Amino acid sequence: MIKLFKVKEKQRAENPNGAAPIKKQSAGELRLHRDMGELNLPKSCSISFPNGKDDLMNFEVTIRPDEGYYLGGTFIFTFQVPPMYPHEPPKVKCKTKVYHPNIDLEGNVCLNILREDWKPVLNINTIIYGLYHLFTQPNHEDPLNHDAAAVLRDNPKMFESNVRRAISGGYVGQTLFPRCM
Amino acid sequence: MADSTAHVSRSRDLDKLLLRPGHLVGPTFDPGTELRDDIQEYVKILVVGAGGLGCELLKDLALSGFRNLEVIDMDRIEVSNLNRQFLFRKVKAMQPCPMSNDSNLMLIDLSIALVRVLVLLQVRLKDLRLQDVGKPKAEVAAKRVMERVAGVNIVPHFCRIEDKELDFYNDFNIIVLGLDSIEARSYINAVACGFLEYDSDDNPREETVKPMVDGGTEGFKGHARVIVPGLTPCFECTIWLFPPQVKFPLCTLAETPRTAAHCIEYAHLIKWDEVHSGKTFDPDEPEHMQWVYSEAVKRAELFGIPGVTYSLTQGVVKNIIPAIASTNAIISAACALETLKIVSGCSKTLSNYLTYNGVEGLHTKVTEFVKDKDCLVCGPGVLIELETSVSLRKFIGLLEEHPKLLLSRASVTHRGKNLYMQAPPVLEEMTRSNLDLTLFELMDKTPKDIVHVTGTTSKSDKKTSLSMKLRLVFKGVDGVADMDMAGGA
Ligand SMILES: [Zn+2]
Repeated sequence: MIKLFKVKEKQRAENPNGAAPIKKQSAGELRLHRDMGELNLPKSCSISFPNGKDDLMNFEVTIRPDEGYYLGGTFIFTFQVPPMYPHEPPKVKCKTKVYHPNIDLEGNVCLNILREDWKPVLNINTIIYGLYHLFTQPNHEDPLNHDAAAVLRDNPKMFESNVRRAISGGYVGQTLFPRCM
Repeated sequence: MADSTAHVSRSRDLDKLLLRPGHLVGPTFDPGTELRDDIQEYVKILVVGAGGLGCELLKDLALSGFRNLEVIDMDRIEVSNLNRQFLFRKVKAMQPCPMSNDSNLMLIDLSIALVRVLVLLQVRLKDLRLQDVGKPKAEVAAKRVMERVAGVNIVPHFCRIEDKELDFYNDFNIIVLGLDSIEARSYINAVACGFLEYDSDDNPREETVKPMVDGGTEGFKGHARVIVPGLTPCFECTIWLFPPQVKFPLCTLAETPRTAAHCIEYAHLIKWDEVHSGKTFDPDEPEHMQWVYSEAVKRAELFGIPGVTYSLTQGVVKNIIPAIASTNAIISAACALETLKIVSGCSKTLSNYLTYNGVEGLHTKVTEFVKDKDCLVCGPGVLIELETSVSLRKFIGLLEEHPKLLLSRASVTHRGKNLYMQAPPVLEEMTRSNLDLTLFELMDKTPKDIVHVTGTTSKSDKKTSLSMKLRLVFKGVDGVADMDMAGGA
């Protein structure tokens, strides 16, 4: 390609201010664009874009469970989609402090498809459904909040009243949960 | 070392390749002293990365007769770069293949010859010195190579690759990658493919093709590939070659750690947040790393797990495995040689992906991967000519009837601006007012540009979701872009 390079180099020397090319969207952004255009959420879930319509890589999902222990609560998750999406899964954190066996007090979420079982064919819709199911079917077998998991396993009645207390704003054990209903 | 002797022997080896005709040469090969001189004068190469592989690449390119080199790297030299004791990463699967072929053997022959020449010249950049600690890798690497190879000029850039304007990258004839991250590869790939333009017959316009030569090593394994956007598969066409890093389940880390790596990830991902609320962990901050290490040790003692060391902590957290100098040398030699072949045509180029595996014995293989013709990054997309008066609403309707697309419920995005989104409702509402504006106006009156659309296609009687790249050309608009518009996105 040396002949071509030579011609280009000479052109460049004569005309140093060629038209500047413009930034292209990354493959990850384009795939996310598709995910968003196809998003089909249940009534109990909604999505918002704090940085406006052109930043799809950072958004929040609000879940209001319509059944189960967490009925009546409102739980907000932040999503950070990495540039290598869907090669890598989004980073998801629960912004609302919640008494939940699979979510710790720092907002880390134990959902298999967010880590070990992530596949590029999955999408944002799948993750949101997965999060929704954490509230309808909390699971004591994959605990992140060990205490909550033990109570759910050994004493579901007490677990239910602990959840009610937490989402109405109150202490469970030593931990204060802000009201989220 | 007598400089003149080195110089003579250096040009003698190159002269054998560049001054004589041969039977394996490329179609445009035109041997002679003019070729050798033009390579020195006109070819400008960017090396991305100044780590183990990047240093090796700079040296090899300099010794291969290239005189105008630049190198970009954001890192400073750490003590750990000197004694290199990183360990850990799950071994990547290599494609097994019992056969090798002739071009493969020839390539290895040439590579080994080049390695030998370079080793004889005793250029050893790898001995970074203690006094270099804390200095930018790019600057030290450039300086060292210039000290040892007469006539070469290397401009270092100590910054992130994203910090450079796109026309910085457009200035180079070839971009050579010596990186260890797929994010960075993907970024450079998108930049280089972004310069590519197609003619009305969907053939790449030669003057817009920006070739890349990509090297990568992991311990005893490595790869070298040639990416000629529009002609060979780009990085995104074959993204599946890079298996995602294995991520341990958070609940395993929290409840039932079984390995030293589990203890380290616990300290890194869970314990850090618990203790430092709101402060992000920075893997390049030695204090942060030390903290994670000491927490991992505590965790390992609690569960009776052996094997947590500081270097393993770095390995797990930063995802680094040990660098093997000879792997870097072999991969770098292959990359430098391919660069020389692309430029000069002195031999056919690698087509298009070489894997090298020195884990058990030695195994190499060349695979010819195929381009994804619908690749959103390097593919031509679908050419559509439009009147400037077409509204966005009408355009979305046209996509439904277009025989190559049959795309219904299309969402449209242009240079990072979402012009219309069908869903979710909150985005639909925010973009609805665009529907009655003309597309020409929404695209800042650019005479021709790429837009991306996603939607549902009913091609082949089956409804499937689809992302497409479109090359829009507005009829009757002067082909020269107004400079004022170049700043977008
Ligand atoms: Zn591609």
